[in-house]
Amino acid sequence: MSIDLETAARVAKLARIRVDEDALPALAQEFNTILGFIEQLNEVDVTGVEPMTSVTPMRLKRRADVVTDGDRQAEILSNAPDAREGFFAVPKVVE
Amino acid sequence: MTDLNTLTIAEARDALRKGEVTSLDLTEACLAATEGAGALNAFVHPTPDLARDQARAADARIAKGDAPAMCGIPLGIKDLFCTKGVPSQAASRILQGFKPEYESTVTQNLFDAGAVMLGKLNMDEFAMGSSNETSCYGNVVNPWRRAGDATPLTPGGSSGGSAAAVAADLCLAATGTDTGGSIRQPAAFAGITGIKPTYGRCSRWGIVAFASSLDQAGPMTKSVRDAAIMLEAMCGHDPKDSTSADYPVPNFEAALSGDIRGKVIGIPKEYRMDGMPAEIGKLWSDGAQMLRDAGAEIRDISLPHTKYALPAYYVIAPAEASSNLARYDGVRYGHRAKLAQGDGITEMYEKTRAEGFGPEVQRRVMVGTYVLSAGFYDAYYNRARKVRTLIKRDFEEVFATGVDAILTPATPSAAFGLGEMTNADPVQMYLNDVFTVTVNLAGLPGIALPAGLDAKGLPLGLQLIGRPWQEGDLLNTAYALERAAGFVAKPAKWW
Repeated sequence: MSIDLETAARVAKLARIRVDEDALPALAQEFNTILGFIEQLNEVDVTGVEPMTSVTPMRLKRRADVVTDGDRQAEILSNAPDAREGFFAVPKVVE
Repeated sequence: MTDLNTLTIAEARDALRKGEVTSLDLTEACLAATEGAGALNAFVHPTPDLARDQARAADARIAKGDAPAMCGIPLGIKDLFCTKGVPSQAASRILQGFKPEYESTVTQNLFDAGAVMLGKLNMDEFAMGSSNETSCYGNVVNPWRRAGDATPLTPGGSSGGSAAAVAADLCLAATGTDTGGSIRQPAAFAGITGIKPTYGRCSRWGIVAFASSLDQAGPMTKSVRDAAIMLEAMCGHDPKDSTSADYPVPNFEAALSGDIRGKVIGIPKEYRMDGMPAEIGKLWSDGAQMLRDAGAEIRDISLPHTKYALPAYYVIAPAEASSNLARYDGVRYGHRAKLAQGDGITEMYEKTRAEGFGPEVQRRVMVGTYVLSAGFYDAYYNRARKVRTLIKRDFEEVFATGVDAILTPATPSAAFGLGEMTNADPVQMYLNDVFTVTVNLAGLPGIALPAGLDAKGLPLGLQLIGRPWQEGDLLNTAYALERAAGFVAKPAKWW
């Protein structure tokens, strides 16, 4: 498996990280090094093995479906880079 | 009395209870030590006013006779923990200016026990790194140096600030977190003790998430006894973390008898890596001999899937990180990039994340995105989770034969020079965690403690791995090893 520039650009796009065109070759090279390392996993016979979902076998706890918290608008907005009139503000989403 | 900042938790607790010293005295001694240690770059957000307030409150509590063990003890807190009203940015530019409106459960537990916070400690960005060179605050410098050589060394990572601060006596102890070795590797590089408890012992609530199925908090201390005392105060069930275990927290310190007669200690043959430095091999066999002399049975064991632990980790951890770090979008907290005319929301995300994340974090988020993307999920992510099942099974089978604990080296080398790995490929840096990462994948408790010095005078650590939920027994074995090893060396002060 080898990552080409197009794949590297697609992954960057999926991850929502801007990568300049001229940085793509180095990025693809690093991906290939890491994926080459990961390829070792293909040596392992995993027939019939369940993928791990929880490292400690435990039942998730249940609780009554009631409101336990809330009314914290000011606290929630206090760290926002741009908050207006009680909302998070972002650039235009729809034209 | 000696310099108060050099005390262990146990010594300070006893002195506080006898009224020989106040928490404010301890706190002032640590603050003074911190002020003189800028060259180490360990504390990145000092909180002296808060520390003094907490110390006064602790002194009042001690005077009333209501004093849990951690009451009045000055600590450093890794920047990964959200602390109310105090900058908490996981050493990342993307969380610049973030001041949580809430307190992490672990720090709240410590504060409820009366502990004092001196400030926030440097670390690798989002806990991704093994040398503390990915921090937005710059490198931490290890207080240890090679004999006759002023080359600045790494304190390890990701809890590098914690390790350096404890080793340099800037605080009595510190919190760390461990996803693949981030408590144990820096503890070994700095000649201190660090334990990662069983997955689920400590609540992860309010700790900035890296890889949720692997992350655990733990103490970094000057002794095994201190690790026992502080771990007890940190852990416990928390309804706010659905993976935190609803088990009673034992009195870990009470388990420290030092009697390990009849215990079975496994020596895994797969940990004898090609090219392992002779000094590490000798340290390991010396450690086994010490445990044998203390009455334990030493048994050769096999953990056949060990070599696949790092590759499995470098699928699972980035996958979880890519998902966890999706929240840093420039909307709710932290940094937002300056936008150009006409930029929409996608440009805002992409520019914010490109500016806010450092290269290693970007790399891991993108690797994680790739292994989770359509068409590769089964080939990479599911396969890695199957291998993880096999790695855990290796340990279960060994424990089922009566093995109580497993002894390994903590790291494949002593601390290396800052910048020495700059030109190595990322995988070379990942190999630092080769002995520790299996423990996270299997959810087990692991402790690193200093056991000797190399020829250049740098500390070397051993690791003990325990059965799940048996931290008390593990700490007791570590205590026996600590007594036998008699490690007392301290870095010579140059900073």
